[in-house]
Amino acid sequence: MEHYYQPEVETASPEQLKAWQDERLVKQVKHVWDNVPLYRAKMENAGVTPDDIKGTEDLHKLPFVTKDDLREGYPYGLLAKPLSECVRIHSTSGTTGKRVMAYYTQHDIDLWDDCCARALTAAGATNEDVCHVAYGYGLFTGGAGLNGGSHKVGCLTIPISSGNTERQIMFMQDLKSTILCCTPSYAAYLGESMKEMGLSPEQIPLKAGIFGAEAWSEEMRHDIEKALGIKAYDIYGLTELSGPGVAFECSAQSGMHINEDHFIAEIIDPETLEVLPEGSKGELVFTAITKEAFPILRYRTKDICVLKREKCSCGRTFIKMCKPMGRSDDMLIIRGVNVFPSQIETVLLNKGYSANYQIIVDRVKNTDTLDVHVEMTPEMFTDNMGEIDKRQKELVDGLRSMLGISAKVTLVAPKSIVRSEGKAVRIIDKRKI
Amino acid sequence: MSIKQISVFVENKPGSMSAMTSVLAKNEIDMRALSLAETGDFGIVRIIVKDLYKATTVLKDEGYIHSLTDVLGVKIPDVPGGLNKVLNILEAKGFNIDYMYAFMGNGVTKHAYMIFRVEDVAGAQNALVEQGIHMITEADVQKL
Repeated sequence: MEHYYQPEVETASPEQLKAWQDERLVKQVKHVWDNVPLYRAKMENAGVTPDDIKGTEDLHKLPFVTKDDLREGYPYGLLAKPLSECVRIHSTSGTTGKRVMAYYTQHDIDLWDDCCARALTAAGATNEDVCHVAYGYGLFTGGAGLNGGSHKVGCLTIPISSGNTERQIMFMQDLKSTILCCTPSYAAYLGESMKEMGLSPEQIPLKAGIFGAEAWSEEMRHDIEKALGIKAYDIYGLTELSGPGVAFECSAQSGMHINEDHFIAEIIDPETLEVLPEGSKGELVFTAITKEAFPILRYRTKDICVLKREKCSCGRTFIKMCKPMGRSDDMLIIRGVNVFPSQIETVLLNKGYSANYQIIVDRVKNTDTLDVHVEMTPEMFTDNMGEIDKRQKELVDGLRSMLGISAKVTLVAPKSIVRSEGKAVRIIDKRKI
Repeated sequence: MSIKQISVFVENKPGSMSAMTSVLAKNEIDMRALSLAETGDFGIVRIIVKDLYKATTVLKDEGYIHSLTDVLGVKIPDVPGGLNKVLNILEAKGFNIDYMYAFMGNGVTKHAYMIFRVEDVAGAQNALVEQGIHMITEADVQKL
Protein backbone atom coordinates (compact mmCIF):
# COMPACT_ATOMS: atom_id res chain seq x y z
CA MET A 1 0.00 0.00 0.00
CA GLU A 2 1.25 3.44 -0.92
CA HIS A 3 1.95 5.82 1.94
CA TYR A 4 1.71 9.58 1.68
CA TYR A 5 2.99 12.18 4.05
CA GLN A 6 0.30 14.72 3.13
CA PRO A 7 -2.22 12.76 1.04
CA GLU A 8 -4.67 15.68 0.69
CA VAL A 9 -1.95 17.62 -1.12
CA GLU A 10 -0.03 14.85 -2.85
CA THR A 11 -3.14 13.37 -4.46
CA ALA A 12 -5.06 16.63 -4.97
CA SER A 13 -6.88 17.10 -8.25
CA PRO A 14 -5.07 19.05 -10.97
CA GLU A 15 -7.75 21.77 -10.61
CA GLN A 16 -7.06 22.08 -6.91
CA LEU A 17 -3.31 22.25 -7.52
CA LYS A 18 -3.83 24.96 -10.13
CA ALA A 19 -6.01 26.95 -7.73
CA TRP A 20 -3.34 26.78 -5.03
CA GLN A 21 -0.66 27.78 -7.49
CA ASP A 22 -2.65 30.73 -8.83
CA GLU A 23 -3.39 32.10 -5.41
CA ARG A 24 0.14 31.61 -4.06
CA LEU A 25 1.84 32.99 -7.15
CA VAL A 26 -0.16 36.23 -7.04
CA LYS A 27 0.69 36.65 -3.37
CA GLN A 28 4.34 35.78 -3.90
CA VAL A 29 4.83 38.25 -6.76
CA LYS A 30 3.46 41.01 -4.56
CA HIS A 31 5.72 39.95 -1.68
CA VAL A 32 8.77 40.07 -3.96
CA TRP A 33 7.77 43.39 -5.53
CA ASP A 34 7.40 44.94 -2.11
CA ASN A 35 10.56 43.52 -0.54
CA VAL A 36 13.21 42.75 -3.15
CA PRO A 37 14.40 45.90 -4.95
CA LEU A 38 16.67 43.88 -7.24
CA TYR A 39 13.78 41.84 -8.61
CA ARG A 40 11.42 44.78 -8.64
CA ALA A 41 13.86 46.59 -10.91
CA LYS A 42 13.88 43.56 -13.20
CA MET A 43 10.08 43.63 -13.34
CA GLU A 44 10.03 47.36 -14.02
CA ASN A 45 12.54 46.86 -16.82
CA ALA A 46 10.26 44.23 -18.29
CA GLY A 47 7.25 46.53 -17.85
CA VAL A 48 5.44 44.17 -15.52
CA THR A 49 3.72 45.00 -12.24
CA PRO A 50 2.08 42.64 -9.74
CA ASP A 51 -1.31 43.61 -11.20
CA ASP A 52 -0.37 41.87 -14.44
CA ILE A 53 -0.01 38.52 -12.66
CA LYS A 54 -3.42 37.00 -12.07
CA GLY A 55 -2.44 33.34 -12.13
CA THR A 56 -0.03 30.74 -13.51
CA GLU A 57 -1.01 31.63 -17.08
CA ASP A 58 0.73 35.00 -16.53
CA LEU A 59 3.94 33.44 -15.21
CA HIS A 60 5.67 33.84 -18.59
CA LYS A 61 5.47 37.63 -18.22
CA LEU A 62 7.90 37.61 -15.31
CA PRO A 63 11.63 38.06 -15.85
CA PHE A 64 14.01 35.19 -15.18
CA VAL A 65 16.46 34.96 -12.33
CA THR A 66 19.88 33.45 -13.00
CA LYS A 67 22.71 32.36 -10.78
CA ASP A 68 24.51 35.57 -11.75
CA ASP A 69 21.64 37.62 -10.31
CA LEU A 70 21.96 35.71 -7.07
CA ARG A 71 25.70 36.25 -6.94
CA GLU A 72 25.26 39.92 -7.68
CA GLY A 73 22.89 40.06 -4.77
CA TYR A 74 25.43 38.58 -2.37
CA PRO A 75 24.98 38.48 0.55
CA TYR A 76 21.53 39.99 1.16
CA GLY A 77 20.32 41.08 -2.28
CA LEU A 78 17.32 38.81 -2.67
CA LEU A 79 16.37 38.68 0.96
CA ALA A 80 12.66 39.43 1.38
CA LYS A 81 12.25 39.23 5.16
CA PRO A 82 14.00 41.11 7.94
CA LEU A 83 16.96 39.16 9.28
CA SER A 84 15.23 39.10 12.65
CA GLU A 85 12.65 36.75 11.12
CA CYS A 86 15.27 34.48 9.54
CA VAL A 87 16.53 31.51 11.50
CA ARG A 88 19.10 29.90 9.24
CA ILE A 89 21.22 30.16 6.14
CA HIS A 90 22.59 27.58 3.77
CA SER A 91 24.85 28.21 0.84
CA THR A 92 26.16 26.75 -2.37
CA SER A 93 29.75 25.54 -2.49
CA GLY A 94 30.80 28.82 -4.11
CA THR A 95 33.32 27.12 -6.33
CA THR A 96 32.71 29.52 -9.20
CA GLY A 97 33.09 32.70 -7.26
CA LYS A 98 30.78 34.15 -4.70
CA ARG A 99 28.55 31.77 -2.86
CA VAL A 100 24.81 31.97 -3.20
CA MET A 101 23.32 32.51 0.25
CA ALA A 102 19.87 31.12 0.91
CA TYR A 103 17.84 32.38 3.89
CA TYR A 104 15.10 30.59 5.76
CA THR A 105 12.40 31.66 8.16
CA GLN A 106 11.07 29.01 10.53
CA HIS A 107 8.09 28.69 8.18
CA ASP A 108 10.44 28.08 5.24
CA ILE A 109 12.24 25.36 7.19
CA ASP A 110 8.91 23.73 8.06
CA LEU A 111 7.80 23.60 4.44
CA TRP A 112 11.19 22.34 3.30
CA ASP A 113 11.09 19.61 5.93
CA ASP A 114 7.60 18.68 4.68
CA CYS A 115 8.96 18.27 1.16
CA CYS A 116 11.73 15.98 2.40
CA ALA A 117 9.24 14.08 4.57
CA ARG A 118 7.15 13.44 1.46
CA ALA A 119 10.23 12.06 -0.29
CA LEU A 120 11.07 9.79 2.63
CA THR A 121 7.50 8.57 2.94
CA ALA A 122 7.35 7.86 -0.79
CA ALA A 123 10.45 5.71 -0.31
CA GLY A 124 8.59 3.75 2.34
CA ALA A 125 9.80 5.46 5.53
CA THR A 126 7.59 5.50 8.65
CA ASN A 127 8.19 6.28 12.31
CA GLU A 128 9.39 2.68 12.71
CA ASP A 129 12.43 3.38 10.55
CA VAL A 130 16.01 4.30 11.36
CA CYS A 131 17.12 6.99 8.92
CA HIS A 132 20.84 7.14 8.26
CA VAL A 133 21.63 10.61 6.88
CA ALA A 134 25.07 10.38 5.29
CA TYR A 135 24.80 13.60 3.29
CA GLY A 136 27.19 16.30 4.47
CA TYR A 137 25.86 18.52 7.25
CA GLY A 138 26.74 22.19 7.38
CA LEU A 139 26.19 24.91 4.80
CA PHE A 140 25.34 22.20 2.26
CA THR A 141 21.58 21.59 2.23
CA GLY A 142 21.73 17.80 1.85
CA GLY A 143 22.22 16.83 5.49
CA ALA A 144 19.91 19.44 6.98
CA GLY A 145 17.09 18.80 4.50
CA LEU A 146 16.86 15.04 4.93
CA ASN A 147 17.47 15.42 8.66
CA GLY A 148 14.43 17.70 8.92
CA GLY A 149 12.31 15.42 6.78
CA SER A 150 13.29 12.41 8.82
CA HIS A 151 12.23 14.19 12.04
CA LYS A 152 8.86 15.03 10.52
CA VAL A 153 8.26 11.42 9.54
CA GLY A 154 9.31 10.39 13.02
CA CYS A 155 12.22 8.18 12.03
CA LEU A 156 15.03 7.65 14.48
CA THR A 157 17.50 9.96 12.73
CA ILE A 158 21.23 9.26 12.63
CA PRO A 159 22.95 12.53 11.64
CA ILE A 160 26.16 10.72 10.75
CA SER A 161 27.09 13.09 7.89
CA SER A 162 29.56 12.01 5.23
CA GLY A 163 32.90 10.24 5.53
CA ASN A 164 34.44 7.57 7.73
CA THR A 165 32.97 4.68 5.80
CA GLU A 166 33.82 1.95 8.32
CA ARG A 167 32.03 3.83 11.08
CA GLN A 168 29.04 4.28 8.75
CA ILE A 169 28.84 0.55 8.17
CA MET A 170 29.28 -0.22 11.87
CA PHE A 171 26.41 2.15 12.73
CA MET A 172 24.21 0.63 10.05
CA GLN A 173 24.75 -2.81 11.54
CA ASP A 174 24.58 -1.85 15.22
CA LEU A 175 21.69 0.64 15.00
CA LYS A 176 19.89 -1.26 12.25
CA SER A 177 19.58 1.62 9.76
CA THR A 178 16.75 0.98 7.33
CA ILE A 179 16.82 4.15 5.19
CA LEU A 180 20.00 5.58 3.73
CA CYS A 181 20.29 9.17 2.47
CA CYS A 182 23.46 10.23 0.61
CA THR A 183 24.83 10.91 -2.85
CA PRO A 184 24.48 7.98 -5.28
CA SER A 185 28.24 7.74 -5.68
CA TYR A 186 28.69 7.44 -1.94
CA ALA A 187 25.98 4.78 -1.82
CA ALA A 188 27.86 2.83 -4.47
CA TYR A 189 31.06 3.29 -2.52
CA LEU A 190 29.41 2.02 0.66
CA GLY A 191 28.29 -1.04 -1.28
CA GLU A 192 31.83 -1.72 -2.48
CA SER A 193 33.24 -1.22 0.99
CA MET A 194 30.78 -3.67 2.50
CA LYS A 195 31.76 -6.22 -0.07
CA GLU A 196 35.42 -5.71 0.77
CA MET A 197 34.59 -6.19 4.44
CA GLY A 198 32.97 -9.47 3.56
CA LEU A 199 29.42 -8.30 4.31
CA SER A 200 26.52 -9.43 2.18
CA PRO A 201 23.49 -7.16 1.59
CA GLU A 202 21.43 -9.43 3.88
CA GLN A 203 23.67 -8.54 6.83
CA ILE A 204 22.68 -4.87 6.53
CA PRO A 205 19.06 -4.07 7.47
CA LEU A 206 18.72 -1.25 4.89
CA LYS A 207 15.57 -1.40 2.78
CA ALA A 208 15.59 1.88 0.84
CA GLY A 209 17.81 4.78 -0.07
CA ILE A 210 17.25 8.37 -1.20
CA PHE A 211 20.08 9.53 -3.39
CA GLY A 212 20.56 12.94 -4.97
CA ALA A 213 22.79 15.99 -5.46
CA GLU A 214 24.36 14.47 -8.56
CA ALA A 215 23.24 12.81 -11.77
CA TRP A 216 23.06 9.04 -11.86
CA SER A 217 21.92 6.47 -14.37
CA GLU A 218 19.44 3.61 -14.30
CA GLU A 219 22.43 1.31 -14.55
CA MET A 220 23.85 2.83 -11.39
CA ARG A 221 20.49 2.46 -9.67
CA HIS A 222 20.55 -1.23 -10.51
CA ASP A 223 24.10 -1.60 -9.14
CA ILE A 224 23.29 0.21 -5.89
CA GLU A 225 20.08 -1.75 -5.38
CA LYS A 226 21.96 -5.00 -5.85
CA ALA A 227 24.98 -4.08 -3.73
CA LEU A 228 22.93 -2.80 -0.79
CA GLY A 229 19.84 -4.97 -1.17
CA ILE A 230 17.55 -1.91 -1.26
CA LYS A 231 15.21 0.14 -3.42
CA ALA A 232 17.03 3.27 -4.60
CA TYR A 233 15.07 6.52 -5.09
CA ASP A 234 16.11 9.77 -6.71
CA ILE A 235 15.57 13.20 -5.16
CA TYR A 236 16.05 16.64 -6.74
CA GLY A 237 16.67 20.05 -5.32
CA LEU A 238 18.80 23.17 -5.34
CA THR A 239 20.03 25.40 -2.56
CA GLU A 240 18.43 28.29 -4.44
CA LEU A 241 15.03 26.64 -4.00
CA SER A 242 15.63 25.49 -0.39
CA GLY A 243 17.53 22.26 -1.00
CA PRO A 244 16.64 18.61 -1.64
CA GLY A 245 12.97 17.78 -1.87
CA VAL A 246 11.90 20.03 -4.73
CA ALA A 247 11.04 16.77 -6.48
CA PHE A 248 11.18 13.15 -5.40
CA GLU A 249 10.69 9.66 -6.74
CA CYS A 250 7.84 7.37 -5.73
CA SER A 251 7.42 3.61 -5.83
CA ALA A 252 7.02 3.78 -9.63
CA GLN A 253 10.69 4.84 -9.87
CA SER A 254 9.98 6.57 -13.16
CA GLY A 255 10.60 10.27 -12.76
CA MET A 256 10.35 12.64 -9.81
CA HIS A 257 7.13 14.25 -8.60
CA ILE A 258 7.56 18.00 -8.23
CA ASN A 259 6.07 19.41 -5.04
CA GLU A 260 3.71 21.60 -7.01
CA ASP A 261 2.05 23.21 -4.04
CA HIS A 262 5.40 24.91 -3.40
CA PHE A 263 7.10 25.06 -6.78
CA ILE A 264 5.88 25.80 -10.29
CA ALA A 265 7.99 24.19 -12.98
CA GLU A 266 8.37 25.35 -16.57
CA ILE A 267 10.47 24.13 -19.48
CA ILE A 268 11.99 26.81 -21.67
CA ASP A 269 14.14 26.91 -24.76
CA PRO A 270 17.49 28.04 -23.35
CA GLU A 271 18.25 30.01 -26.53
CA THR A 272 14.97 31.80 -27.25
CA LEU A 273 13.77 31.70 -23.60
CA GLU A 274 10.31 30.75 -24.84
CA VAL A 275 8.18 28.48 -22.70
CA LEU A 276 7.84 25.06 -24.31
CA PRO A 277 4.78 22.80 -24.15
CA GLU A 278 4.65 19.89 -21.71
CA GLY A 279 6.70 16.93 -22.89
CA SER A 280 9.32 19.10 -24.61
CA LYS A 281 12.97 18.85 -23.75
CA GLY A 282 14.45 22.10 -22.48
CA GLU A 283 15.78 24.02 -19.51
CA LEU A 284 13.99 23.58 -16.22
CA VAL A 285 12.76 26.80 -14.58
CA PHE A 286 11.30 26.98 -11.08
CA THR A 287 9.20 29.51 -9.23
CA ALA A 288 9.01 29.10 -5.47
CA ILE A 289 5.54 30.20 -4.45
CA THR A 290 5.60 29.64 -0.70
CA LYS A 291 9.09 30.63 0.37
CA GLU A 292 9.21 33.73 2.55
CA ALA A 293 12.82 34.73 3.17
CA PHE A 294 14.28 33.84 -0.22
CA PRO A 295 11.36 33.80 -2.65
CA ILE A 296 12.86 33.15 -6.03
CA LEU A 297 10.80 33.60 -9.20
CA ARG A 298 11.47 31.88 -12.50
CA TYR A 299 14.89 30.57 -11.59
CA ARG A 300 16.83 29.12 -14.49
CA THR A 301 18.32 25.88 -13.18
CA LYS A 302 20.35 25.20 -16.37
CA ASP A 303 19.27 21.57 -16.02
CA ILE A 304 17.94 20.08 -19.25
CA CYS A 305 14.82 18.10 -18.54
CA VAL A 306 11.37 16.94 -19.65
CA LEU A 307 8.15 17.38 -17.65
CA LYS A 308 5.26 14.93 -17.86
CA ARG A 309 1.89 15.03 -16.21
CA GLU A 310 0.58 11.49 -16.19
CA LYS A 311 -1.47 9.21 -14.03
CA CYS A 312 1.09 7.66 -11.74
CA SER A 313 0.69 4.21 -10.25
CA CYS A 314 1.53 5.69 -6.84
CA GLY A 315 -1.59 7.85 -6.93
CA ARG A 316 0.23 11.19 -6.70
CA THR A 317 -0.98 13.88 -9.04
CA PHE A 318 2.12 16.09 -9.01
CA ILE A 319 3.76 16.55 -12.40
CA LYS A 320 6.90 14.46 -12.95
CA MET A 321 10.33 15.54 -14.11
CA CYS A 322 12.80 13.13 -15.66
CA LYS A 323 16.34 12.80 -14.40
CA PRO A 324 18.21 15.89 -15.64
CA MET A 325 19.69 14.98 -19.03
CA GLY A 326 22.47 17.53 -19.07
CA ARG A 327 23.16 21.21 -18.60
CA SER A 328 22.49 24.22 -20.76
CA ASP A 329 25.78 25.71 -19.56
CA ASP A 330 29.14 23.99 -19.36
CA MET A 331 28.91 23.09 -15.70
CA LEU A 332 29.86 19.54 -14.80
CA ILE A 333 28.73 17.82 -11.67
CA ILE A 334 31.54 15.56 -10.55
CA ARG A 335 31.19 13.56 -7.36
CA GLY A 336 28.38 15.89 -6.34
CA VAL A 337 30.54 18.99 -6.78
CA ASN A 338 29.86 21.69 -9.38
CA VAL A 339 32.84 22.13 -11.67
CA PHE A 340 33.19 24.76 -14.37
CA PRO A 341 35.89 24.43 -17.04
CA SER A 342 36.76 28.09 -16.43
CA GLN A 343 37.95 27.20 -12.92
CA ILE A 344 40.32 24.61 -14.31
CA GLU A 345 41.56 27.10 -16.88
CA THR A 346 42.27 29.66 -14.15
CA VAL A 347 44.43 27.21 -12.23
CA LEU A 348 46.32 26.16 -15.36
CA LEU A 349 47.15 29.72 -16.28
CA ASN A 350 48.12 30.59 -12.71
CA LYS A 351 50.54 27.70 -12.66
CA GLY A 352 52.11 28.71 -15.96
CA TYR A 353 50.54 26.08 -18.18
CA SER A 354 48.80 26.71 -21.47
CA ALA A 355 45.06 27.07 -21.80
CA ASN A 356 45.08 24.12 -24.16
CA TYR A 357 43.46 21.51 -22.01
CA GLN A 358 40.79 18.88 -22.08
CA ILE A 359 38.64 17.64 -19.24
CA ILE A 360 37.80 13.96 -19.35
CA VAL A 361 35.11 12.83 -16.96
CA ASP A 362 34.33 9.17 -16.58
CA ARG A 363 32.74 6.89 -14.08
CA VAL A 364 34.80 3.98 -12.83
CA LYS A 365 33.20 1.57 -10.37
CA ASN A 366 30.38 4.08 -9.89
CA THR A 367 32.72 6.86 -8.85
CA ASP A 368 33.34 9.89 -11.05
CA THR A 369 36.87 10.44 -12.24
CA LEU A 370 38.29 13.73 -13.45
CA ASP A 371 41.30 13.70 -15.73
CA VAL A 372 42.75 16.97 -17.00
CA HIS A 373 44.93 16.73 -20.09
CA VAL A 374 47.25 19.69 -20.48
CA GLU A 375 49.47 20.40 -23.44
CA MET A 376 53.13 20.80 -22.61
CA THR A 377 54.65 24.17 -23.52
CA PRO A 378 58.28 25.14 -24.23
CA GLU A 379 58.19 27.31 -21.10
CA MET A 380 57.15 24.46 -18.85
CA PHE A 381 59.44 21.87 -20.37
CA THR A 382 62.83 21.10 -18.90
CA ASP A 383 65.26 18.22 -19.19
CA ASN A 384 64.83 17.72 -15.45
CA MET A 385 62.19 15.05 -14.87
CA GLY A 386 61.98 15.83 -11.16
CA GLU A 387 61.17 19.45 -11.91
CA ILE A 388 58.39 18.49 -14.32
CA ASP A 389 56.98 16.10 -11.70
CA LYS A 390 57.11 18.83 -9.08
CA ARG A 391 55.23 21.31 -11.30
CA GLN A 392 52.70 18.64 -12.17
CA LYS A 393 52.12 17.98 -8.49
CA GLU A 394 51.67 21.69 -7.82
CA LEU A 395 49.04 21.74 -10.53
CA VAL A 396 47.22 18.78 -8.97
CA ASP A 397 47.26 20.56 -5.60
CA GLY A 398 46.05 23.80 -7.18
CA LEU A 399 43.14 22.02 -8.87
CA ARG A 400 42.17 20.28 -5.66
CA SER A 401 42.06 23.48 -3.68
CA MET A 402 40.09 25.29 -6.42
CA LEU A 403 37.58 22.54 -7.18
CA GLY A 404 37.32 20.77 -3.84
CA ILE A 405 37.81 17.42 -5.53
CA SER A 406 40.94 15.72 -6.78
CA ALA A 407 41.87 15.54 -10.43
CA LYS A 408 44.48 13.56 -12.30
CA VAL A 409 46.74 15.64 -14.54
CA THR A 410 48.19 14.18 -17.71
CA LEU A 411 50.77 16.14 -19.69
CA VAL A 412 50.29 15.68 -23.40
CA ALA A 413 52.11 16.73 -26.54
CA PRO A 414 51.49 20.18 -28.01
CA LYS A 415 48.54 20.35 -30.42
CA SER A 416 47.48 16.84 -29.46
CA ILE A 417 44.16 17.98 -28.04
CA VAL A 418 41.49 17.53 -30.66
CA ARG A 419 40.30 20.78 -32.11
CA SER A 420 37.14 21.16 -34.08
CA GLU A 421 37.03 24.19 -36.33
CA GLY A 422 40.05 25.54 -34.53
CA LYS A 423 38.40 25.33 -31.15
CA ALA A 424 39.67 22.76 -28.72
CA VAL A 425 37.13 20.25 -27.50
CA ARG A 426 37.19 21.09 -23.82
CA ILE A 427 35.01 18.48 -22.24
CA ILE A 428 34.64 14.79 -22.84
CA ASP A 429 32.06 13.30 -20.54
CA LYS A 430 32.12 9.53 -20.87
CA ARG A 431 29.67 8.88 -18.06
CA LYS A 432 26.46 7.17 -19.08
CA ILE A 433 23.70 9.02 -17.35
CA MET B 1 84.31 20.97 -23.89
CA SER B 2 80.87 19.79 -22.86
CA ILE B 3 78.48 18.74 -25.57
CA LYS B 4 74.88 19.69 -26.28
CA GLN B 5 72.11 17.22 -25.82
CA ILE B 6 68.60 17.70 -27.19
CA SER B 7 65.81 16.69 -24.80
CA VAL B 8 62.45 16.11 -26.45
CA PHE B 9 59.04 15.79 -24.79
CA VAL B 10 57.07 12.77 -26.00
CA GLU B 11 53.87 11.20 -24.77
CA ASN B 12 54.16 7.75 -23.30
CA LYS B 13 51.98 5.92 -25.78
CA PRO B 14 52.43 3.56 -28.70
CA GLY B 15 53.84 5.22 -31.78
CA SER B 16 55.03 8.46 -30.22
CA MET B 17 58.66 7.41 -30.26
CA SER B 18 58.61 6.31 -33.90
CA ALA B 19 56.77 9.49 -34.83
CA MET B 20 59.68 11.48 -33.48
CA THR B 21 62.39 9.30 -35.00
CA SER B 22 60.64 9.45 -38.35
CA VAL B 23 61.01 13.24 -38.27
CA LEU B 24 64.73 12.75 -37.74
CA ALA B 25 64.96 10.05 -40.41
CA LYS B 26 63.03 12.10 -42.97
CA ASN B 27 65.48 14.95 -42.45
CA GLU B 28 68.52 12.69 -42.45
CA ILE B 29 69.54 13.56 -38.92
CA ASP B 30 72.31 11.30 -37.74
CA MET B 31 71.91 10.32 -34.10
CA ARG B 32 75.00 9.46 -32.12
CA ALA B 33 73.34 8.58 -28.85
CA LEU B 34 69.86 8.21 -27.48
CA SER B 35 68.23 7.54 -24.17
CA LEU B 36 64.63 7.50 -23.06
CA ALA B 37 63.39 8.39 -19.60
CA GLU B 38 59.74 7.95 -18.86
CA THR B 39 57.10 8.45 -16.21
CA GLY B 40 53.54 7.18 -16.37
CA ASP B 41 52.26 9.46 -19.09
CA PHE B 42 55.18 11.16 -20.74
CA GLY B 43 58.82 10.67 -21.50
CA ILE B 44 61.93 12.65 -22.30
CA VAL B 45 63.98 11.46 -25.25
CA ARG B 46 67.57 12.60 -24.96
CA ILE B 47 69.66 12.58 -28.09
CA ILE B 48 73.11 13.58 -29.25
CA VAL B 49 73.17 14.42 -32.95
CA LYS B 50 75.73 15.50 -35.48
CA ASP B 51 73.78 18.47 -36.77
CA LEU B 52 72.40 20.24 -33.77
CA TYR B 53 70.97 23.22 -35.58
CA LYS B 54 69.16 21.19 -38.21
CA ALA B 55 67.81 18.73 -35.66
CA THR B 56 66.36 21.38 -33.39
CA THR B 57 64.89 23.27 -36.34
CA VAL B 58 63.07 20.28 -37.81
CA LEU B 59 61.82 19.15 -34.40
CA LYS B 60 60.46 22.61 -33.72
CA ASP B 61 58.82 22.77 -37.13
CA GLU B 62 57.10 19.48 -36.45
CA GLY B 63 55.73 20.81 -33.18
CA TYR B 64 58.03 19.02 -30.77
CA ILE B 65 58.94 20.71 -27.54
CA HIS B 66 62.61 20.39 -26.75
CA SER B 67 65.37 21.95 -24.75
CA LEU B 68 69.15 21.93 -24.95
CA THR B 69 71.23 20.67 -22.07
CA ASP B 70 74.98 20.67 -21.51
CA VAL B 71 76.20 17.18 -20.81
CA LEU B 72 79.58 15.52 -20.50
CA GLY B 73 80.68 13.06 -23.14
CA VAL B 74 83.25 10.77 -21.62
CA LYS B 75 85.53 8.36 -23.40
CA ILE B 76 85.94 5.26 -21.31
CA PRO B 77 88.53 2.54 -21.96
CA ASP B 78 86.65 -0.60 -22.92
CA VAL B 79 88.16 -2.68 -20.14
CA PRO B 80 86.75 -4.04 -16.89
CA GLY B 81 86.61 -1.26 -14.31
CA GLY B 82 86.69 1.50 -16.94
CA LEU B 83 83.36 3.03 -15.93
CA ASN B 84 84.01 2.41 -12.26
CA LYS B 85 87.10 4.58 -12.40
CA VAL B 86 85.15 7.51 -13.85
CA LEU B 87 82.40 7.18 -11.29
CA ASN B 88 84.91 7.02 -8.44
CA ILE B 89 86.43 10.32 -9.54
CA LEU B 90 83.05 12.03 -9.65
CA GLU B 91 82.02 10.53 -6.34
CA ALA B 92 85.24 11.55 -4.62
CA LYS B 93 84.63 15.17 -5.60
CA GLY B 94 80.98 15.07 -4.61
CA PHE B 95 79.40 15.41 -8.06
CA ASN B 96 75.92 13.97 -8.21
CA ILE B 97 74.92 12.33 -11.47
CA ASP B 98 71.37 13.18 -12.53
CA TYR B 99 71.41 10.57 -15.27
CA MET B 100 73.82 8.79 -17.57
CA TYR B 101 73.64 6.60 -20.60
CA ALA B 102 76.05 4.71 -22.80
CA PHE B 103 76.44 4.70 -26.52
CA MET B 104 78.60 2.90 -29.05
CA GLY B 105 81.13 4.69 -31.13
CA ASN B 106 81.89 3.58 -34.66
CA GLY B 107 83.30 0.31 -33.34
CA VAL B 108 86.85 0.95 -34.48
CA THR B 109 88.29 2.30 -31.26
CA LYS B 110 88.72 0.37 -28.03
CA HIS B 111 86.47 2.71 -26.14
CA ALA B 112 82.96 2.96 -24.83
CA TYR B 113 81.27 6.32 -24.62
CA MET B 114 79.02 7.62 -21.93
CA ILE B 115 76.95 10.70 -21.46
CA PHE B 116 76.76 12.16 -17.95
CA ARG B 117 74.41 14.85 -16.77
CA VAL B 118 75.56 16.63 -13.62
CA GLU B 119 74.58 19.95 -12.14
CA ASP B 120 78.10 21.39 -12.31
CA VAL B 121 79.17 20.39 -15.80
CA ALA B 122 82.41 22.42 -15.86
CA GLY B 123 83.51 21.30 -12.40
CA ALA B 124 82.93 17.65 -13.12
CA GLN B 125 84.75 17.96 -16.40
CA ASN B 126 87.83 19.45 -14.75
CA ALA B 127 87.84 16.72 -12.15
CA LEU B 128 87.79 14.04 -14.84
CA VAL B 129 90.41 15.67 -17.07
CA GLU B 130 92.75 16.09 -14.09
CA GLN B 131 92.60 12.32 -13.64
CA GLY B 132 93.45 11.68 -17.27
CA ILE B 133 89.95 10.86 -18.47
CA HIS B 134 89.28 11.80 -22.09
CA MET B 135 86.28 13.90 -22.93
CA ILE B 136 84.34 14.03 -26.18
CA THR B 137 83.92 17.42 -27.81
CA GLU B 138 81.35 18.62 -30.29
CA ALA B 139 83.99 18.11 -32.95
CA ASP B 140 84.41 14.50 -31.82
CA VAL B 141 80.70 13.92 -32.13
CA GLN B 142 80.99 14.61 -35.86
CA LYS B 143 83.56 11.84 -36.22
CA LEU B 144 82.02 9.18 -34.02
